Amino acid sequence: MALKSAMAVTGVILVLFLIAHMYGNLMVFGGQEVFDNYAHHLRELGEPMLPHEGALWIIRVVLLASVLIHAYAAFTLWARARRARAATGVRRYQSTQNKKGVQRSYASFTMRWGGVIVILFVVYHLLHFTTNHIAPGGASDSPYQRVVNGFEIWWVVLSYLIAMLAVGLHLRHGIWSATQTLGQNKAGRQRGLNVIATAIAAVITVGFLVPPFSIFFGLVG
Amino acid sequence: MNITLRVWRQKGKDDEGRMVSYQVEDVSQDMSFLEMLDVLNEKLTVAGEDPIAFDHDCREGICGACGVVINGIAHGPEVTTTCQLHMRSFKDGDTIDVEPWRAKAFPVIKDLVVDRGSLDRIIQAGGYISAPTGTAPDAHAVPVPKTDADRAFDAATCIGCGACVAACPNASGMLFTAAKVTHLGMLPQGQPERAARVVKMVNQHDEEDFGGCTNIGECAAVCPKGIPLDTISQLNKDLLGSLASGKM
Ligand code: HEM
Ligand code: SF4
Ligand code: FES
Repeated sequence: MALKSAMAVTGVILVLFLIAHMYGNLMVFGGQEVFDNYAHHLRELGEPMLPHEGALWIIRVVLLASVLIHAYAAFTLWARARRARAATGVRRYQSTQNKKGVQRSYASFTMRWGGVIVILFVVYHLLHFTTNHIAPGGASDSPYQRVVNGFEIWWVVLSYLIAMLAVGLHLRHGIWSATQTLGQNKAGRQRGLNVIATAIAAVITVGFLVPPFSIFFGLVG
Repeated sequence: MNITLRVWRQKGKDDEGRMVSYQVEDVSQDMSFLEMLDVLNEKLTVAGEDPIAFDHDCREGICGACGVVINGIAHGPEVTTTCQLHMRSFKDGDTIDVEPWRAKAFPVIKDLVVDRGSLDRIIQAGGYISAPTGTAPDAHAVPVPKTDADRAFDAATCIGCGACVAACPNASGMLFTAAKVTHLGMLPQGQPERAARVVKMVNQHDEEDFGGCTNIGECAAVCPKGIPLDTISQLNKDLLGSLASGKM
């Protein structure tokens, strides 16, 4: 139970981060100077109260902790659900009819494997743009240039497309689920909450996909 | 109509169990699902075979004993109890799969019969009010707002059938637990133990090896009593409130 609340709270932190991150990405439309300045300012955030990159490291620690707690809770609950279902053999019910349940959504039953895809993507993404261990399209000192170089390659764009669709589905069910886990749902609100969850998920997915596609089709860079 | 039944047969707790096919002929559309099983069982008995064990009591949709999974759906294609499901919901020539509720917390006793004692133990953990008994107080002695009374009554219609658990991909018993928490929590008599109740019941729920809820909603979709999904939100709210206030 504590696990569920932990997932909801860390999930909300991650959603807020994603919104801020998406806003940052959209600065790519401002051109090289705006984007590079933004990336640079992130490192100066909080100075002189905090040391160089101080705020950035605080954010990184909070995010890492959130992801670890979130994933720990997810895997624990995953194992618990497996045990609780008491399936005989591969399947819980032998009937091959109505395997997809009565009303459950695609998003709701891909939370776990979808979450795994997202976390793998996050590692790949960090290697790409944060640590620069991989540099498809060519390395550069300018963050803007690295982004443009990367997204001129079709398979990079494709990998981001798949990952963002996975994030979108994860958030679509996750945001709704978090409101219920945190006790905020009421019969009269249920529809509204689902609409909001879908809207936030859609905005985040589209917002993240606009820069790569714009670069790929030569609108930017 | 003629149908083919594929039924889960399991001799006892430790037997492996398997699906067995039976032909059932001359089924009337007006038979209930259980009457159809009765007909088959009579034939099996006459043939000297072991009849299919299934649980049932009231046969009018109020005791919650009769649940089985029909074609992969708890209580079958209509949103009602298995005893209130009629053969007119099926077609001539259909193959119908019948299986027991499948959950670690509901061990199979025989064929379609499972032990739902885990639900009783959740109730025993806190699903009651402690009140000195005596003569019944006047009905209007404690005013209850109409909306609260309605919600309490709706939640109180839960018959403890366990369909929510059988349908839940996590085999969670949250809808059942939430129905009980909501039913007592909406009424003045339920207030003194409200904070402690939810914690004890949820702890017992977890101890019984039910899974954790991920708000998928299959439970409310099959619940024969229409217990709404937002009762789970109400349970979570009570739970977080009582953990935060330390009033357990
Ligand atoms: C190890 C990989 C992951 C797994 C297995 C996983 C699994 C889950 C599951 C099962 C839920 C549903 C909780 C519920 O239904 O109440 C959930 C919710 C959520 N996840 Fe993940 N997740 C993973 C990684 C991530 C990552 C990397 C992010 C962020 C980019 C994320 C963001 C969210 C959000 C915002 C929610 C909604 C909060 C909630 O429902 O409580 N997840 N996750
Ligand atoms: S909540 Fe509905 S499905 Fe679950 S036990 Fe009660 S009546 Fe049955
Ligand atoms: S036999 Fe009582 S509810 Fe079906």
